Amino acid sequence: MTAPKKKQAEVQPKLNNKVALTETNLFLIITISVFFVMYVSAVVFLGGRFTKVQYFLDILNVYASLITLTCGMSLVMITGGIDISVGQVTSLVCMTCAVYLENKGGNVFVAFLIAIGIGLAFGLIQGLLVAYLNIQPFIITLAGLFFAKGLTTIICSDPLAIETNKAFLTLKGTHIKFGNNYIEIGVVVALATVIILFSVLRWTKLGRNFYAVGGNNQSANMLGINVKLTKFMAHLICGFCAGLGGWLLLMNLGSGNPANGEGAEMNAIASSIIGGTMLSGGVGNIIGSLFGVLSLATIKGIVPKLTGTSDDPWWPNITVSGMLCLFLILQSIIIARKNRKKA
Amino acid sequence: MEKSAVLEMRGICKYFPGVRALENVDFTLREGEIHALMGENGAGKSTLIKVLTGVYPKDGGNIHLKGKESEVNIRSPQDAQNMGISTVYQEITLCPNLTVAENMYIGRTKSPLTNWKKINSDAEKLLQSLGIPAKAKQQLSSCSIAVQQMVAIARAVDMECKVLILDEPTSSLDEQEVEKLFKLMRDLREKGVGIIFVTHFLEQVYEVCDRITVLREGKLVGEYIIEDLPRVQLVSKMLGKEFDDMAEIKSESDTENIDYNGTPVYEATGLAGTTGIKPFDFSIHKGEVNGFTGLLGSGRSECVRAIFGADRVTGGIVKINGKKVNINKPLDAMKNGISYLPEDRKRDGIVGDLSVRDNIILALQVMKGFFRPFSRAQAEKFADEYIKLLNIKTASADTPIKSLSGGNQQKVILARWLLANPVYLILDEPTRGIDIGTKVEIQKLVLKLASEGKSVTFISSELDEMIRTCSRLVVMRDGKVVGELKGDDLNQNKIMATIAGGEGK
Repeated sequence: MTAPKKKQAEVQPKLNNKVALTETNLFLIITISVFFVMYVSAVVFLGGRFTKVQYFLDILNVYASLITLTCGMSLVMITGGIDISVGQVTSLVCMTCAVYLENKGGNVFVAFLIAIGIGLAFGLIQGLLVAYLNIQPFIITLAGLFFAKGLTTIICSDPLAIETNKAFLTLKGTHIKFGNNYIEIGVVVALATVIILFSVLRWTKLGRNFYAVGGNNQSANMLGINVKLTKFMAHLICGFCAGLGGWLLLMNLGSGNPANGEGAEMNAIASSIIGGTMLSGGVGNIIGSLFGVLSLATIKGIVPKLTGTSDDPWWPNITVSGMLCLFLILQSIIIARKNRKKA
Repeated sequence: MEKSAVLEMRGICKYFPGVRALENVDFTLREGEIHALMGENGAGKSTLIKVLTGVYPKDGGNIHLKGKESEVNIRSPQDAQNMGISTVYQEITLCPNLTVAENMYIGRTKSPLTNWKKINSDAEKLLQSLGIPAKAKQQLSSCSIAVQQMVAIARAVDMECKVLILDEPTSSLDEQEVEKLFKLMRDLREKGVGIIFVTHFLEQVYEVCDRITVLREGKLVGEYIIEDLPRVQLVSKMLGKEFDDMAEIKSESDTENIDYNGTPVYEATGLAGTTGIKPFDFSIHKGEVNGFTGLLGSGRSECVRAIFGADRVTGGIVKINGKKVNINKPLDAMKNGISYLPEDRKRDGIVGDLSVRDNIILALQVMKGFFRPFSRAQAEKFADEYIKLLNIKTASADTPIKSLSGGNQQKVILARWLLANPVYLILDEPTRGIDIGTKVEIQKLVLKLASEGKSVTFISSELDEMIRTCSRLVVMRDGKVVGELKGDDLNQNKIMATIAGGEGK
């Protein structure tokens, strides 16, 4: 019995032959290394609060919403699209839920459904227009951005804190404790989103179709992939993430404000790119996106410390933009080098 | 339907606005044969393929497949795939960002989950059995174009297709890679697959094919068994000229006063490019009109593009009036007095939204430098002069060039290069897609320029035109220069025999 078995093993081709990393994996490694180098140097050289575990957990607490938004954004960007409405959709979700919970004394579960519903509605309509009417995603989501912004101020133009809704406050106050340190529930939700979407992209047919469509949508069509449906699904999932991100932001802040999510789409795009997603599509990884957000958060923590201007947001922003350029240049250099090697 | 046929197309018609792309074309593919589909540009080969693969809906006729009772209706590329018709296109239709294995299986697995282990090991086995030098986990973009092409074929093979269409798969492959592909094709033929092979390379057709179907101008010329159709006959069928009884149309072009012994105006030795042409020697004398001829895809345009520096040049020595020069980009060529009228007017020639005047002075302006613009009066003088000289029909010099007819656009481009006052002018298909009157005008102009002492290289798909204008013809086949004809040899029979090569007389 053993002899034929052995023979079969010989026939079986070796799968562990070394091959060059795919662009997606290469960028993932770069992102993770950059984050660790940055964070470790902050711990070593700046010390102070950076050495505390709670500081890192607070990054997660504050940025849980951006993590979900970035996941959705990366997905759309992998298919070669973009969604710039997510920031304002976040604001709209926060405002609507705040009004419902505070002024109407609404149920928390219903509020959650409203949040998801708003996100899905935006994703659905934008997805339909992009996929089936072939409208440029930038334009249509720009329209979505203005629409959400207008709607937010119509619902309530002043900041509104939730102070009377007991059920919501209990949920908001629920922390998961590790000794003296804690994370909010939102972090669990955000990390779950990361894991689920990572698995979808890695192991499902739909997930692989996102990459194929982003790589070359005409080829994808010839390979028998439903390109329209794939693009539509990307926008729908991104909308869902925007709704969820809005809800997490509300849980973190405890108030609705038209300015809550302003600029969040830009942070999400920046995090995606730092996380190794390419604007041209076809390359990207959700784990990378998570580290993209963490890198962004670390920069925003380190830079004020270095410049000594704690409430001036411009230096962190300038640093983020510098890092963004660096990553974009790095990406094009890597792609160019690969192409040259081939020729 | 014939017994052994796997595919039968009967009376296929396809019309585009103003064009009959296919008219009553029949095509039969039998089990286990390699069937070449031949024809010159515009013959309808690609239209027929696109009808068969569901890219275009057909306007008439019917298609039968083996094992199906009634005629089949192919609505989309996916439909075609499901019916067992696989296509490998000239351009790679795979996703460069995915791995080799994924490209082979994506879009055709039933399960909603991707079983990486299985597709990687399946792919590795298939790649090994077909002898394709790629690894399953490798990203496709890191493979050479040839390997990518073979991965596409592996995908098609694995779908257990009954009909495999290879649409010019060899144009980006080198000889060894072509050999591998042919071996693969022969193996598949053994397994009973019917292969439709579209190519411009005659030698390849005679190497692997069993049968040939020739199309011309959207009509079926005929279906032949390869042994019954010598090359010369094939060429004459493709070009639509009878080999034996062709009228001699040689004109009395004035070639006496060309000094063939003097220093050539342009001389290249061993010029080599990256576009699939073999290194070639070429020279042209003062006042001479010569031409490159060959079937479409034989490399005639690639040669002149290499001369002009439009494609990357990798080797060879170029001398102008006996002096060695380097020509690496079009501007170098222009500075040395070479002008090139490109084959693809829309892509390489006109700037559609600019006026006729701006289009005319463009080349001269580039040579002068952008920071020293022409005065309005100067530009107007140049434009008016050439509009009159070439009889360009335009409302005014300010009219955007895109609103002119094709022939007049061509004349504007010609004016652009004449204004640059070249010593050596290259015209690649200057007469394509324009009316007969203008064609004759352009030919006359070419002869006039030569008599004024300029050297001209003239390329045309129409042999009559070439014979009428050129005093010397360089004949190309499959990227190689295979002959040079002049004087009494310059007749259709001789040219076609040289193009066909091999058994030609």
